[in-house]
Amino acid sequence: MSGITADRSGVAGAYWAAMDARRLTFQRCRACGAAQLPPREECTTCLSPDLTWEQASGAARLISWVVYHRAYHEDFAAELPYVVAVVELAEGPRLISNIPGDGAGLEIDMPLRLVWGERFGQVLPWFEGVG
Amino acid sequence: MSLSGQYVIAGIGATEFGKLPGRSTISMNVEAIRAALADAGVEKDRVDAVLVKPPTSDFQMHYVMKLASALGIQPKLGGGWDQAGAANITLISMACMAIEARQCEVAVVSYADNPRTGSAAVFSRPRGDDALYGWFGTLPGYAMIMQRHIGEYGTPPEAFAAIAMAARKHGAANPRAQVRNPLSLDDYLAAPPLVAPLRRDDCALVSDGGGAVVVMSAAMAARLKVPAPVPILGWGGGQTFFDVAQRPVLTETMAKVSGPMALKMAGLAPGEVDCVQIYDCFTIAALMTLEDYGFCAKGQAAAFVRDGALEVGGALPFNTSGGLLSETGMPGMQLVHEAVRQMRGSSVNQVRGARNVVVSNQGGVMQTHSTLVLGQ
Repeated sequence: MSGITADRSGVAGAYWAAMDARRLTFQRCRACGAAQLPPREECTTCLSPDLTWEQASGAARLISWVVYHRAYHEDFAAELPYVVAVVELAEGPRLISNIPGDGAGLEIDMPLRLVWGERFGQVLPWFEGVG
Repeated sequence: MSLSGQYVIAGIGATEFGKLPGRSTISMNVEAIRAALADAGVEKDRVDAVLVKPPTSDFQMHYVMKLASALGIQPKLGGGWDQAGAANITLISMACMAIEARQCEVAVVSYADNPRTGSAAVFSRPRGDDALYGWFGTLPGYAMIMQRHIGEYGTPPEAFAAIAMAARKHGAANPRAQVRNPLSLDDYLAAPPLVAPLRRDDCALVSDGGGAVVVMSAAMAARLKVPAPVPILGWGGGQTFFDVAQRPVLTETMAKVSGPMALKMAGLAPGEVDCVQIYDCFTIAALMTLEDYGFCAKGQAAAFVRDGALEVGGALPFNTSGGLLSETGMPGMQLVHEAVRQMRGSSVNQVRGARNVVVSNQGGVMQTHSTLVLGQ
């Protein structure tokens, strides 16, 4: 079993609890309306602590990606080569994620959709190309 | 009144670069400072400010107190600055401002680290919860930015190779350089990707070593009869968001803020710059810095760097001692040293007629940036 787990302390607890139920969520500021990830105690736009959760539609686009040909941690050695991507949700927030496969056929700004994955016993939001 | 030209780098000093087994970072800092003071012709007892970038591979509290103790100095101003690879130039600028405010008179700015024979684990650490996605390491952050640049602007491998080839050509002529074999385009293209699109020769060396400078006013340098003071014409800085994913535009660095700030203070336009020492931890960082400094338009670096433009004799000689790709992986101080040598006319790859030089430092995964302009 890997020692890599989600940090569920503080405000991130609700984010990961939703993930366990296969709901990808982000924060919406009630004061200014800004949407954000990763979860924080305050809004990075207006600094208000009055934040609520919304569920992401799963539509996204590919900002960029890399293909690991070298494992930085032994638990990823068997997955090489693997793709880590910066994904922008249709609602605006961005997150680090995975795109299953070896990266062939990817293009920046291509549309993506949410697909659920699992690693180290944790449900994770992965993405794949649309079409 | 502008501070441009009112302060100088009075002396430079460094250890050897490469593998230095058994040397502590404190000892390497002391050696570098001893050499820098000797170069300036200044006695240790004159030093009343000790400003240090703590070792990247062994960041610790109270480091500068320990170093000042090893130096036998009780400074008026002492401390470490946590700004990753942008710290050395920032500390030089902070020394100038502290001296201007009459808080001190003679400052040493120093850095040493031993990730090559010690631990380089800091460069491979997991990125918080994103470790669940396999997002580890410093190098992949640069690869993520590089991929976006390639996608937006069609930047070809030859552009990144041109940067590495210029650094390696200059390093080959530098007897102090850690890697002295030149690089061909075929060599560059033949190396398999580590984390695509980054290849082996896009990446900085991992090196032990230390480097220091002595900073004082031009008036003090004249009074102390410093043999070869080099005037500081300008400086600037900038910082962006920690997570690569959260930056609105991945293909811009804070060089776009830091560079114009420093050039404005120096009274120079990009086209008037004679020589550059650009932080080349990865070729993409140097390429984007050239764009953001305004040497060419955003996305046009591929056309700018080709045909040996960055080599001595070309349009904009770059990293004339080999930089992080060839001389030493040290985060930035070696670039300041080489800029000083260019202004003194003592570089092994001297740019004939160079009257000014621009130096960039940047750190983390392009979060921080600092710029220094030196003259004659």
